[in-house]
Amino acid sequence: MRDTFVDTATALLDDDPRTAVVLADISASAFQPAAHRHPDRVLNVGIREQLMVGVAGGLALTGLRPIVHSYATFVVDRAYEQIKLDIGHQGVGAILVSVGASYDGSTAGRTHMSPGDVALFDTVDGWTVHVPGHAGEVAPLLLAAAAHDEPVYIRLSTQHNAAPRPGTGLQTIKQGQRAAVIAVGPMLDPVLAATEGLDVTVAYTNTPRPFDVRGLRALGHHNVVMVEPYLAGTSSAVLAEALRDVPSRVLNLGVCRTDLHRYGSPKDHARWHGLDAEGLRRSISEFVN
Amino acid sequence: MTVTTATDRLDELLRRITGDEKHAPSAHSTLDVIWVLYDRVLRVGPDRVDDPDRDRFLLSKGHGPAAFYAVLAAKGFIPEEWLDDVAGPTSRLGHHPDRLLVPGVEIGSGSLGHGLGLGVGTALGLRAQGLTNPRVYVLVGDAELDEGSNHEAIAYAGATGLDTITAIVIDNQSTTHGWPGGIASRFHGWSSTTVDGRDHDAIERAVRSHEPGRPHVVVAVVQPKN
Repeated sequence: MRDTFVDTATALLDDDPRTAVVLADISASAFQPAAHRHPDRVLNVGIREQLMVGVAGGLALTGLRPIVHSYATFVVDRAYEQIKLDIGHQGVGAILVSVGASYDGSTAGRTHMSPGDVALFDTVDGWTVHVPGHAGEVAPLLLAAAAHDEPVYIRLSTQHNAAPRPGTGLQTIKQGQRAAVIAVGPMLDPVLAATEGLDVTVAYTNTPRPFDVRGLRALGHHNVVMVEPYLAGTSSAVLAEALRDVPSRVLNLGVCRTDLHRYGSPKDHARWHGLDAEGLRRSISEFVN
Repeated sequence: MTVTTATDRLDELLRRITGDEKHAPSAHSTLDVIWVLYDRVLRVGPDRVDDPDRDRFLLSKGHGPAAFYAVLAAKGFIPEEWLDDVAGPTSRLGHHPDRLLVPGVEIGSGSLGHGLGLGVGTALGLRAQGLTNPRVYVLVGDAELDEGSNHEAIAYAGATGLDTITAIVIDNQSTTHGWPGGIASRFHGWSSTTVDGRDHDAIERAVRSHEPGRPHVVVAVVQPKN
Protein backbone atom coordinates (compact mmCIF):
# COMPACT_ATOMS: atom_id res chain seq x y z
CA MET A 1 0.00 0.00 0.00
CA ARG A 2 2.84 2.37 0.76
CA ASP A 3 4.33 1.86 -2.72
CA THR A 4 0.98 2.52 -4.34
CA PHE A 5 0.60 5.64 -2.24
CA VAL A 6 4.04 6.94 -3.23
CA ASP A 7 3.39 6.22 -6.92
CA THR A 8 -0.04 7.86 -6.85
CA ALA A 9 1.15 10.91 -4.90
CA THR A 10 4.11 11.28 -7.26
CA ALA A 11 1.76 11.23 -10.25
CA LEU A 12 -0.46 13.80 -8.53
CA LEU A 13 2.52 16.11 -8.01
CA ASP A 14 3.25 15.85 -11.73
CA ASP A 15 -0.35 16.43 -12.80
CA ASP A 16 -1.83 18.81 -10.25
CA PRO A 17 0.17 21.91 -9.27
CA ARG A 18 -2.11 22.35 -6.27
CA THR A 19 -0.76 19.25 -4.53
CA ALA A 20 2.19 19.22 -2.15
CA VAL A 21 3.66 16.39 -0.06
CA VAL A 22 4.87 17.12 3.46
CA LEU A 23 7.13 14.59 5.16
CA ALA A 24 9.03 14.21 8.41
CA ASP A 25 11.82 11.96 7.11
CA ILE A 26 9.58 8.86 6.91
CA SER A 27 9.38 7.74 3.23
CA ALA A 28 11.59 10.66 2.19
CA SER A 29 13.81 8.45 0.05
CA ALA A 30 10.78 7.02 -1.76
CA PHE A 31 9.76 10.57 -2.66
CA GLN A 32 13.25 11.54 -3.80
CA PRO A 33 12.48 11.43 -7.56
CA ALA A 34 9.38 13.58 -7.01
CA ALA A 35 11.36 15.96 -4.79
CA HIS A 36 13.92 16.33 -7.54
CA ARG A 37 11.21 17.39 -10.01
CA HIS A 38 9.14 19.46 -7.58
CA PRO A 39 11.49 20.84 -4.92
CA ASP A 40 8.94 23.43 -3.81
CA ARG A 41 6.13 20.90 -3.41
CA VAL A 42 7.87 17.96 -1.78
CA LEU A 43 8.77 19.28 1.64
CA ASN A 44 10.67 17.16 4.12
CA VAL A 45 10.85 19.11 7.37
CA GLY A 46 13.05 16.58 9.16
CA ILE A 47 11.92 14.73 12.27
CA ARG A 48 9.47 17.45 13.25
CA GLU A 49 5.91 16.21 13.20
CA GLN A 50 4.31 19.25 14.83
CA LEU A 51 5.89 21.36 12.12
CA MET A 52 4.86 18.86 9.44
CA VAL A 53 1.18 19.34 10.25
CA GLY A 54 1.58 23.07 10.91
CA VAL A 55 3.21 23.46 7.50
CA ALA A 56 0.32 21.56 5.95
CA GLY A 57 -2.09 24.04 7.54
CA GLY A 58 -0.06 26.95 6.17
CA LEU A 59 0.09 25.43 2.67
CA ALA A 60 -3.67 24.93 2.74
CA LEU A 61 -4.16 28.55 3.81
CA THR A 62 -2.45 29.58 0.57
CA GLY A 63 -4.74 27.34 -1.49
CA LEU A 64 -2.58 24.25 -1.92
CA ARG A 65 -3.72 20.69 -1.22
CA PRO A 66 -1.20 19.18 1.22
CA ILE A 67 -0.63 15.44 1.49
CA VAL A 68 1.00 14.72 4.83
CA HIS A 69 2.62 11.38 5.51
CA SER A 70 4.27 9.54 8.38
CA TYR A 71 3.69 6.71 10.83
CA ALA A 72 0.21 6.94 12.32
CA THR A 73 1.59 7.42 15.80
CA PHE A 74 3.65 10.42 14.67
CA VAL A 75 1.28 12.13 12.25
CA VAL A 76 -1.84 11.60 14.38
CA ASP A 77 -1.05 10.89 18.02
CA ARG A 78 1.94 13.17 18.30
CA ALA A 79 0.55 16.02 16.21
CA TYR A 80 -3.02 15.82 17.49
CA GLU A 81 -3.25 19.46 18.54
CA GLN A 82 -1.90 20.59 15.17
CA ILE A 83 -4.59 18.48 13.49
CA LYS A 84 -7.21 20.06 15.72
CA LEU A 85 -6.00 23.65 15.43
CA ASP A 86 -3.70 24.11 12.44
CA ILE A 87 -6.11 22.30 10.14
CA GLY A 88 -9.56 22.05 11.71
CA HIS A 89 -9.78 25.37 13.55
CA GLN A 90 -8.29 27.29 10.61
CA GLY A 91 -11.12 26.02 8.44
CA VAL A 92 -8.80 24.31 5.96
CA GLY A 93 -8.28 20.69 4.93
CA ALA A 94 -5.42 18.31 4.29
CA ILE A 95 -4.89 14.68 3.36
CA LEU A 96 -3.07 12.75 6.06
CA VAL A 97 -1.72 9.38 4.97
CA SER A 98 -0.32 7.07 7.60
CA VAL A 99 1.61 3.84 7.65
CA GLY A 100 2.23 1.68 10.70
CA ALA A 101 -1.43 0.94 11.37
CA SER A 102 -2.17 -0.45 14.85
CA TYR A 103 0.43 -3.20 15.33
CA ASP A 104 1.98 -3.26 11.83
CA GLY A 105 5.14 -2.12 13.57
CA SER A 106 4.91 -4.87 16.17
CA THR A 107 8.62 -5.65 16.21
CA ALA A 108 9.31 -1.98 16.98
CA GLY A 109 7.10 -2.12 20.06
CA ARG A 110 4.40 0.08 21.51
CA THR A 111 6.17 3.33 20.62
CA HIS A 112 5.43 2.61 16.96
CA MET A 113 1.84 1.44 17.41
CA SER A 114 -1.23 3.61 17.02
CA PRO A 115 -4.48 1.74 17.53
CA GLY A 116 -6.19 4.92 18.74
CA ASP A 117 -5.80 7.06 15.63
CA VAL A 118 -9.30 6.65 14.18
CA ALA A 119 -10.83 7.32 17.60
CA LEU A 120 -8.91 10.60 17.70
CA PHE A 121 -10.48 11.67 14.41
CA ASP A 122 -13.88 11.19 16.05
CA THR A 123 -12.99 14.06 18.39
CA VAL A 124 -12.64 16.56 15.53
CA ASP A 125 -15.21 17.55 12.95
CA GLY A 126 -15.48 16.78 9.29
CA TRP A 127 -12.83 14.14 8.67
CA THR A 128 -13.34 11.38 6.15
CA VAL A 129 -11.44 8.27 7.26
CA HIS A 130 -10.39 5.65 4.72
CA VAL A 131 -8.98 2.29 5.80
CA PRO A 132 -8.14 0.52 2.54
CA GLY A 133 -8.12 -3.25 2.64
CA HIS A 134 -5.89 -3.68 -0.39
CA ALA A 135 -3.29 -1.68 -2.30
CA GLY A 136 -5.71 -1.58 -5.24
CA GLU A 137 -8.06 0.62 -3.23
CA VAL A 138 -5.45 3.24 -2.39
CA ALA A 139 -5.12 5.13 -5.68
CA PRO A 140 -8.82 5.90 -6.24
CA LEU A 141 -9.17 7.03 -2.61
CA LEU A 142 -6.16 9.34 -2.84
CA LEU A 143 -7.11 10.73 -6.25
CA ALA A 144 -10.64 11.48 -5.05
CA ALA A 145 -9.28 13.19 -1.94
CA ALA A 146 -6.89 15.34 -3.94
CA ALA A 147 -9.77 16.73 -6.00
CA HIS A 148 -11.35 18.68 -3.12
CA ASP A 149 -10.31 20.62 -0.02
CA GLU A 150 -11.91 18.68 2.84
CA PRO A 151 -9.93 16.89 5.56
CA VAL A 152 -9.20 13.24 4.77
CA TYR A 153 -7.27 10.57 6.67
CA ILE A 154 -6.03 7.51 4.77
CA ARG A 155 -4.78 4.71 7.00
CA LEU A 156 -2.44 2.38 5.12
CA SER A 157 -1.51 -1.01 6.50
CA THR A 158 0.76 -3.94 5.75
CA GLN A 159 -2.28 -6.13 6.53
CA HIS A 160 -4.50 -6.61 3.51
CA ASN A 161 -7.16 -8.75 1.90
CA ALA A 162 -6.52 -10.99 -1.11
CA ALA A 163 -8.56 -8.84 -3.48
CA PRO A 164 -9.30 -5.11 -3.75
CA ARG A 165 -12.85 -3.86 -3.31
CA PRO A 166 -12.99 -0.33 -4.67
CA GLY A 167 -15.87 1.90 -3.63
CA THR A 168 -16.47 3.53 -0.29
CA GLY A 169 -19.97 2.45 0.76
CA LEU A 170 -20.90 -0.66 2.69
CA GLN A 171 -20.64 -3.65 0.32
CA THR A 172 -22.46 -6.88 1.06
CA ILE A 173 -20.06 -9.78 0.60
CA LYS A 174 -22.35 -12.59 1.71
CA GLN A 175 -25.88 -12.88 3.09
CA GLY A 176 -27.02 -14.62 6.26
CA GLN A 177 -29.77 -14.51 8.87
CA ARG A 178 -28.36 -14.31 12.35
CA ALA A 179 -26.25 -11.15 12.33
CA ALA A 180 -24.45 -8.65 10.16
CA VAL A 181 -20.69 -8.67 10.56
CA ILE A 182 -19.11 -5.44 9.35
CA ALA A 183 -15.44 -5.76 8.40
CA VAL A 184 -13.39 -2.60 8.05
CA GLY A 185 -10.41 -2.61 5.67
CA PRO A 186 -7.97 -5.47 6.15
CA MET A 187 -10.31 -7.24 8.60
CA LEU A 188 -12.40 -8.63 5.73
CA ASP A 189 -10.40 -11.76 4.96
CA PRO A 190 -10.05 -12.78 8.62
CA VAL A 191 -13.81 -12.16 9.03
CA LEU A 192 -14.64 -14.28 5.99
CA ALA A 193 -12.46 -17.10 7.30
CA ALA A 194 -14.00 -16.75 10.76
CA THR A 195 -17.60 -16.83 9.54
CA GLU A 196 -17.29 -19.75 7.15
CA GLY A 197 -20.35 -21.93 7.69
CA LEU A 198 -21.98 -19.35 9.99
CA ASP A 199 -25.38 -18.02 8.94
CA VAL A 200 -24.38 -14.36 8.99
CA THR A 201 -24.21 -11.46 6.58
CA VAL A 202 -20.74 -10.08 5.98
CA ALA A 203 -20.36 -6.52 4.75
CA TYR A 204 -17.23 -4.56 3.95
CA THR A 205 -16.21 -0.93 4.02
CA ASN A 206 -12.92 0.89 3.62
CA THR A 207 -14.51 4.14 4.77
CA PRO A 208 -15.57 4.06 8.41
CA ARG A 209 -16.05 7.88 8.47
CA PRO A 210 -18.50 9.05 7.56
CA PHE A 211 -19.97 5.64 8.27
CA ASP A 212 -22.48 4.35 5.72
CA VAL A 213 -25.47 4.46 8.07
CA ARG A 214 -27.98 3.99 5.27
CA GLY A 215 -26.09 0.93 4.03
CA LEU A 216 -26.04 -0.55 7.51
CA ARG A 217 -29.77 -0.02 8.00
CA ALA A 218 -30.44 -1.48 4.56
CA LEU A 219 -28.82 -4.74 5.67
CA GLY A 220 -31.88 -5.15 7.91
CA HIS A 221 -30.05 -6.79 10.79
CA HIS A 222 -30.60 -5.98 14.45
CA ASN A 223 -27.61 -8.00 15.60
CA VAL A 224 -24.44 -6.30 14.43
CA VAL A 225 -20.80 -7.21 14.90
CA MET A 226 -18.31 -4.47 14.10
CA VAL A 227 -14.78 -5.67 13.37
CA GLU A 228 -12.28 -2.82 13.17
CA PRO A 229 -8.49 -3.07 12.77
CA TYR A 230 -8.01 -0.30 15.34
CA LEU A 231 -9.22 0.36 18.88
CA ALA A 232 -12.20 -1.85 19.76
CA GLY A 233 -15.40 0.16 20.13
CA THR A 234 -14.18 3.11 18.07
CA SER A 235 -17.46 2.98 16.14
CA SER A 236 -19.73 2.09 19.04
CA ALA A 237 -21.22 5.59 19.28
CA VAL A 238 -21.74 5.73 15.52
CA LEU A 239 -23.53 2.37 15.56
CA ALA A 240 -25.64 3.30 18.58
CA GLU A 241 -26.78 6.43 16.76
CA ALA A 242 -27.36 4.56 13.49
CA LEU A 243 -29.54 1.97 15.25
CA ARG A 244 -31.13 4.26 17.83
CA ASP A 245 -34.71 3.49 16.78
CA VAL A 246 -34.12 -0.22 16.30
CA PRO A 247 -33.96 -2.80 19.10
CA SER A 248 -30.45 -4.04 18.55
CA ARG A 249 -27.45 -5.85 19.94
CA VAL A 250 -23.98 -4.74 18.94
CA LEU A 251 -20.62 -6.42 19.48
CA ASN A 252 -17.55 -4.28 18.94
CA LEU A 253 -14.34 -6.11 18.12
CA GLY A 254 -10.98 -4.52 17.53
CA VAL A 255 -7.62 -3.87 19.12
CA CYS A 256 -7.64 -3.92 22.93
CA ARG A 257 -6.65 -0.83 24.89
CA THR A 258 -3.96 -2.71 26.82
CA ASP A 259 -0.29 -2.02 26.16
CA LEU A 260 0.84 -5.63 25.93
CA HIS A 261 4.54 -4.75 26.21
CA ARG A 262 5.22 -7.42 23.59
CA TYR A 263 6.99 -7.55 20.24
CA GLY A 264 6.37 -10.45 17.83
CA SER A 265 4.66 -10.26 14.44
CA PRO A 266 1.42 -8.55 13.42
CA LYS A 267 0.01 -12.07 13.23
CA ASP A 268 0.91 -12.63 16.86
CA HIS A 269 -0.78 -9.40 17.86
CA ALA A 270 -3.88 -10.26 15.85
CA ARG A 271 -4.09 -13.48 17.86
CA TRP A 272 -3.48 -11.76 21.18
CA HIS A 273 -6.21 -9.23 20.43
CA GLY A 274 -8.64 -11.92 19.25
CA LEU A 275 -8.57 -10.60 15.69
CA ASP A 276 -7.30 -13.70 13.93
CA ALA A 277 -9.87 -16.00 12.30
CA GLU A 278 -10.02 -18.28 15.31
CA GLY A 279 -10.49 -15.48 17.83
CA LEU A 280 -13.06 -13.75 15.67
CA ARG A 281 -15.00 -17.00 15.19
CA ARG A 282 -15.07 -17.53 18.93
CA SER A 283 -16.43 -14.03 19.63
CA ILE A 284 -18.90 -14.00 16.74
CA SER A 285 -20.23 -17.51 17.47
CA GLU A 286 -20.80 -16.64 21.11
CA PHE A 287 -22.67 -13.49 20.04
CA VAL A 288 -24.99 -15.18 17.55
CA ASN A 289 -25.70 -18.32 19.60
CA MET B 1 -2.53 60.35 10.60
CA THR B 2 0.21 61.99 12.66
CA VAL B 3 1.86 60.02 15.42
CA THR B 4 0.04 61.94 18.12
CA THR B 5 -3.42 61.58 16.66
CA ALA B 6 -2.79 57.94 15.77
CA THR B 7 -1.86 57.22 19.35
CA ASP B 8 -4.89 59.07 20.66
CA ARG B 9 -7.07 57.17 18.25
CA LEU B 10 -5.68 53.78 19.29
CA ASP B 11 -6.01 54.80 22.91
CA GLU B 12 -9.67 55.56 22.36
CA LEU B 13 -10.24 52.27 20.54
CA LEU B 14 -8.47 50.31 23.26
CA ARG B 15 -10.56 51.95 25.96
CA ARG B 16 -13.60 50.95 23.98
CA ILE B 17 -12.46 47.31 24.23
CA THR B 18 -11.33 47.25 27.83
CA GLY B 19 -13.66 49.85 29.30
CA ASP B 20 -10.55 50.73 31.26
CA GLU B 21 -9.78 54.39 31.91
CA LYS B 22 -6.61 53.79 33.91
CA HIS B 23 -4.36 51.65 31.75
CA ALA B 24 -2.29 53.55 29.23
CA PRO B 25 -1.86 51.98 25.78
CA SER B 26 1.63 51.00 26.91
CA ALA B 27 -0.01 48.25 28.97
CA HIS B 28 -0.41 46.48 25.64
CA SER B 29 2.99 44.97 24.85
CA THR B 30 2.24 44.34 21.19
CA LEU B 31 0.59 47.65 20.36
CA ASP B 32 3.50 49.59 18.86
CA VAL B 33 4.80 46.70 16.78
CA ILE B 34 1.39 45.82 15.36
CA TRP B 35 0.67 49.48 14.63
CA VAL B 36 3.97 50.01 12.82
CA LEU B 37 3.40 46.85 10.78
CA TYR B 38 -0.09 47.85 9.67
CA ASP B 39 0.69 51.55 9.30
CA ARG B 40 4.04 51.36 7.52
CA VAL B 41 5.05 47.86 6.43
CA LEU B 42 2.35 45.36 5.54
CA ARG B 43 0.95 45.38 2.04
CA VAL B 44 -2.56 44.60 3.22
CA GLY B 45 -5.85 46.38 3.43
CA PRO B 46 -9.55 45.81 4.08
CA ASP B 47 -10.11 45.75 0.32
CA ARG B 48 -7.65 42.91 -0.28
CA VAL B 49 -8.07 40.42 2.58
CA ASP B 50 -8.25 37.56 0.06
CA ASP B 51 -5.65 38.89 -2.38
CA PRO B 52 -3.10 36.08 -2.92
CA ASP B 53 -0.39 38.72 -3.30
CA ARG B 54 -0.94 40.36 0.10
CA ASP B 55 1.54 40.16 2.95
CA ARG B 56 0.51 37.87 5.77
CA PHE B 57 0.52 38.88 9.44
CA LEU B 58 0.08 35.93 11.78
CA LEU B 59 -0.56 36.77 15.42
CA SER B 60 0.79 33.58 16.97
CA LYS B 61 0.53 34.97 20.46
CA GLY B 62 -3.25 35.13 20.31
CA HIS B 63 -3.47 36.00 23.98
CA GLY B 64 -4.37 39.61 24.78
CA PRO B 65 -5.48 40.63 21.27
CA ALA B 66 -6.92 44.03 22.24
CA ALA B 67 -4.10 45.90 20.52
CA PHE B 68 -4.59 43.81 17.38
CA TYR B 69 -8.33 44.48 17.32
CA ALA B 70 -7.76 48.19 17.89
CA VAL B 71 -5.36 48.36 14.94
CA LEU B 72 -7.74 46.36 12.73
CA ALA B 73 -10.50 48.79 13.60
CA ALA B 74 -8.27 51.84 13.06
CA LYS B 75 -7.32 50.49 9.63
CA GLY B 76 -10.90 49.73 8.65
CA PHE B 77 -10.79 45.93 8.65
CA ILE B 78 -13.56 45.71 11.23
CA PRO B 79 -16.28 48.11 12.40
CA GLU B 80 -15.44 49.96 15.58
CA GLU B 81 -18.73 48.80 17.12
CA TRP B 82 -17.28 45.29 17.30
CA LEU B 83 -14.94 46.52 20.02
CA ASP B 84 -17.78 47.18 22.47
CA ASP B 85 -18.69 43.60 23.26
CA VAL B 86 -15.48 41.56 23.05
CA ALA B 87 -16.10 37.91 23.99
CA GLY B 88 -19.84 38.48 24.26
CA PRO B 89 -22.23 35.79 23.06
CA THR B 90 -22.71 37.34 19.63
CA SER B 91 -19.26 38.93 19.34
CA ARG B 92 -16.91 38.14 16.48
CA LEU B 93 -14.01 39.20 18.68
CA GLY B 94 -12.91 36.97 21.55
CA HIS B 95 -10.00 36.80 23.93
CA HIS B 96 -8.21 34.88 21.20
CA PRO B 97 -8.84 35.78 17.55
CA ASP B 98 -10.65 33.44 15.16
CA ARG B 99 -9.82 33.79 11.47
CA LEU B 100 -13.24 32.54 10.44
CA LEU B 101 -14.88 35.40 12.32
CA VAL B 102 -12.65 38.41 11.68
CA PRO B 103 -11.76 39.86 8.26
CA GLY B 104 -8.02 40.33 7.94
CA VAL B 105 -7.12 37.83 10.65
CA GLU B 106 -4.92 35.23 8.96
CA ILE B 107 -4.94 32.53 11.66
CA GLY B 108 -7.04 31.58 14.63
CA SER B 109 -4.61 31.47 17.55
CA GLY B 110 -4.48 31.25 21.31
CA SER B 111 -2.84 27.93 22.04
CA LEU B 112 0.81 28.96 22.02
CA GLY B 113 3.34 27.71 19.53
CA HIS B 114 1.24 27.34 16.38
CA GLY B 115 1.95 30.54 14.44
CA LEU B 116 5.50 29.85 13.33
CA GLY B 117 4.61 26.43 11.89
CA LEU B 118 1.63 27.89 10.06
CA GLY B 119 3.82 30.80 8.96
CA VAL B 120 6.52 28.51 7.56
CA GLY B 121 3.82 26.58 5.70
CA THR B 122 2.32 29.80 4.38
CA ALA B 123 5.72 31.01 3.16
CA LEU B 124 6.36 27.65 1.48
CA GLY B 125 2.90 27.65 -0.11
CA LEU B 126 3.40 31.13 -1.54
CA ARG B 127 6.81 30.16 -2.89
CA ALA B 128 5.43 26.98 -4.49
CA GLN B 129 2.89 29.10 -6.36
CA GLY B 130 5.45 31.59 -7.58
CA LEU B 131 4.07 34.34 -5.36
CA THR B 132 7.38 36.03 -4.61
CA ASN B 133 6.09 39.42 -3.43
CA PRO B 134 4.27 38.60 -0.22
CA ARG B 135 6.17 38.33 3.03
CA VAL B 136 5.00 36.42 6.08
CA TYR B 137 5.26 38.11 9.49
CA VAL B 138 4.68 36.08 12.64
CA LEU B 139 4.36 37.72 16.02
CA VAL B 140 5.28 35.58 19.03
CA GLY B 141 5.88 36.31 22.70
CA ASP B 142 9.08 35.59 24.62
CA ALA B 143 7.23 33.20 26.93
CA GLU B 144 5.54 31.58 23.98
CA LEU B 145 8.98 30.46 22.85
CA ASP B 146 8.91 27.98 25.74
CA GLU B 147 6.74 25.79 23.49
CA GLY B 148 8.92 23.29 21.65
CA SER B 149 6.88 23.50 18.47
CA ASN B 150 8.36 26.96 17.81
CA HIS B 151 11.82 25.50 17.75
CA GLU B 152 10.87 22.96 15.10
CA ALA B 153 9.86 25.88 12.86
CA ILE B 154 12.82 28.08 13.81
CA ALA B 155 15.36 25.34 13.13
CA TYR B 156 13.79 24.33 9.82
CA ALA B 157 13.43 27.89 8.51
CA GLY B 158 17.00 28.68 9.52
CA ALA B 159 18.49 25.52 8.02
CA THR B 160 16.65 25.91 4.72
CA GLY B 161 17.17 29.67 4.43
CA LEU B 162 13.46 30.44 4.15
CA ASP B 163 13.93 34.14 3.53
CA THR B 164 10.31 35.25 3.09
CA ILE B 165 9.42 34.91 6.76
CA THR B 166 10.01 37.40 9.57
CA ALA B 167 9.41 36.51 13.20
CA ILE B 168 8.83 39.31 15.66
CA VAL B 169 9.33 38.39 19.29
CA ILE B 170 7.70 40.72 21.78
CA ASP B 171 10.04 40.44 24.72
CA ASN B 172 8.35 41.55 27.91
CA GLN B 173 10.53 39.20 29.91
CA SER B 174 7.61 37.06 30.91
CA THR B 175 9.19 33.65 30.34
CA THR B 176 9.54 31.73 33.60
CA HIS B 177 13.09 30.48 33.14
CA GLY B 178 14.47 33.23 30.95
CA TRP B 179 16.51 32.89 27.75
CA PRO B 180 20.12 32.95 28.92
CA GLY B 181 22.27 34.14 26.05
CA GLY B 182 19.38 36.10 24.59
CA ILE B 183 16.40 35.32 22.45
CA ALA B 184 18.02 36.13 19.10
CA SER B 185 20.66 33.44 19.67
CA ARG B 186 17.87 30.82 19.59
CA PHE B 187 17.23 31.65 15.95
CA HIS B 188 20.15 29.83 14.32
CA GLY B 189 20.54 30.68 10.67
CA TRP B 190 18.34 33.77 10.94
CA SER B 191 19.41 37.39 10.68
CA SER B 192 18.34 39.28 13.77
CA THR B 193 17.78 42.77 15.11
CA THR B 194 16.93 43.65 18.67
CA VAL B 195 15.07 46.93 19.14
CA ASP B 196 13.12 49.05 21.57
CA GLY B 197 9.58 47.73 21.08
CA ARG B 198 8.15 51.23 21.65
CA ASP B 199 10.27 53.11 19.11
CA HIS B 200 8.28 53.20 15.90
CA ASP B 201 11.12 54.23 13.61
CA ALA B 202 13.45 51.62 15.11
CA ILE B 203 10.76 48.95 14.75
CA GLU B 204 10.22 49.85 11.11
CA ARG B 205 13.94 49.81 10.33
CA ALA B 206 14.34 46.44 12.07
CA VAL B 207 11.37 44.87 10.33
CA ARG B 208 12.64 46.08 6.95
CA SER B 209 16.20 44.86 7.50
CA HIS B 210 15.67 41.31 6.26
CA GLU B 211 18.18 40.04 3.73
CA PRO B 212 18.16 37.45 0.94
CA GLY B 213 18.91 33.84 1.84
CA ARG B 214 17.93 33.96 5.52
CA PRO B 215 14.77 34.33 7.57
CA HIS B 216 14.71 37.38 9.81
CA VAL B 217 13.84 37.84 13.47
CA VAL B 218 13.16 41.09 15.27
CA VAL B 219 13.28 41.03 19.05
CA ALA B 220 11.19 43.94 20.25
CA VAL B 221 11.94 44.64 23.88
CA VAL B 222 9.23 46.27 26.00
CA GLN B 223 8.69 46.84 29.69
CA PRO B 224 8.68 43.67 31.82
CA LYS B 225 5.24 42.24 32.44
CA ASN B 226 3.84 43.47 35.81
